[in-house]
Amino acid sequence: MPISVEEVFETVKMTLDHHFDIRTVTLGINLKDCMDRNLQRFTRRIEKRIIEKGLLLNKFADAIENKYGIPITNRRIAVTPAALLLEPLPRNIKTAVGLARALDKAAKKADIDFIGGFGAMVQKGMTAADEKLIDAIPQALSKTQRVCGFLNLASTAAGMNMDAVVKFGHTLKQLAGLTKNGIGCAKIAVFANVPEDNPFMAGAHHGIGEPDFSLNIGISGPGVVHNVVLQNPNCDLTELSEVIKRTVFKITRAGELIGKELAELMNVSFGIVDISLASTTAAGDSVAEIIEAMGVKSMGLPGSTAALALLMNAVKKGGAMASGNIGGLSGTFIPVSEDAGMIRAVQKGTLTLEKLEALTSVCSVGLDMFAVPGDTPAETLSAIIADELSIGIVNNKTTSVRVIPVPRKKAGDIVHFGGLLGSAPIMPVSKSASPKFIARKGRIPAPIQALRN
Amino acid sequence: MAARKQSQICIVTVTGIDKVGIIARLANAMASANINIVDVNQKIMEEHFVMTMAIDMAKADIDIVKLKKKLDRIGDEMSLKITVQDATIFKAMHRV
Repeated sequence: MPISVEEVFETVKMTLDHHFDIRTVTLGINLKDCMDRNLQRFTRRIEKRIIEKGLLLNKFADAIENKYGIPITNRRIAVTPAALLLEPLPRNIKTAVGLARALDKAAKKADIDFIGGFGAMVQKGMTAADEKLIDAIPQALSKTQRVCGFLNLASTAAGMNMDAVVKFGHTLKQLAGLTKNGIGCAKIAVFANVPEDNPFMAGAHHGIGEPDFSLNIGISGPGVVHNVVLQNPNCDLTELSEVIKRTVFKITRAGELIGKELAELMNVSFGIVDISLASTTAAGDSVAEIIEAMGVKSMGLPGSTAALALLMNAVKKGGAMASGNIGGLSGTFIPVSEDAGMIRAVQKGTLTLEKLEALTSVCSVGLDMFAVPGDTPAETLSAIIADELSIGIVNNKTTSVRVIPVPRKKAGDIVHFGGLLGSAPIMPVSKSASPKFIARKGRIPAPIQALRN
Repeated sequence: MAARKQSQICIVTVTGIDKVGIIARLANAMASANINIVDVNQKIMEEHFVMTMAIDMAKADIDIVKLKKKLDRIGDEMSLKITVQDATIFKAMHRV
């Protein structure tokens, strides 16, 4: 059956009017075979590989963008977790920072805006190299522009490494102090159950279960879903779920087509399609506004969690029907600073940190891109992280935290990060949280996931 | 490489206000680049004038980037929005 004018127009409208884009094509690159006991030899090898592949990624992404007329907004690279690569090298902060600088330099030369993977898997314990990497994070992320970090601090199978959670609270404070408005903290996310193939920054890395190269696609489209919800103001929620599902099916199919073709052109294996509604600061590209278009008066008010759960479910089902390679995080991000509707809700007082935490129990990631006062103690940051990661552990899902303690700012102020990162109203948080609980350290044991095999 | 292919169908979409000479201008542009027009459809939708033109670029003298530039110029002159996309994307999105 030939494609009708209506169908063509629907697709064209998605890109012209509703910000439909391929949000990111992220090339995962294995660097394990570059490892060496000499830092210079090691960084020479990784720079060569990253530059060569990064340039190709940009070249072919441009060609496909022109062919299909759908913007590929970001082209990124994710590498093997850096802590693993540091194992044979001298155990000091300078070495870890040297690695970060090499990644940064290579990304710049390849015209790649972000390179992910400066991180470690420490859900159960830390090796000496893991510890050095965490110690190096403040310097590594403040002295580079393009490097992103991640830490997996917890998992459903291992529980939560509270030693690392406590350590990271101090790391964050230092990093915030070294960068303007604490913006360095936007470049690192900590996780429970981190996916190894997530294409979205800051948490992207090339997991150890991955092949030499793997191309992962992140599709977005809050504007498209928002529009379809607006077009159906009176249908019941069952029907609304179907309508969202059908729309997500279409945009996922576009992503899969583009991802497969790009992987083929680059002669690398195709990894996954991650269908995640990810807001941008552009008008109409907001997840909070989808929830409000469903009939919730303002994001954060009663009804928000149910509406978000419905949205998540419909997105996942539409995506799963469209592609056999759905992976990564797939669902909905609810960052505060990057979403105009979320910012409004915080300023109106309908969205608090506590409600945001509740929302993350049904969304795909976690507490993302929110700002707290600069004088929030490290122990409180650790406690916020521990709370959020517990939701992931117990519910067998990914959760993450990307929090920015903004120096010299207090609750109610607003900080402008600019560009993709938007603006964040500083959210109030209790100064004296649970220092005694945090000071105990140790490991929170893994939960029993029912008594099954 | 494109010349060896049997066909490479792309869809040109024009949106804006209907006026005399749209098809003539596009047909001229296509002919001068050795692009065959396979099908033309048009409709008024949500107050937009929408025209789709299926073209075959297999024997074209120019690539899709150059064609886009050409169409952008026509679009600017006639106050229309003109896009061109490989037809595979529509099949992927609208057919199971």
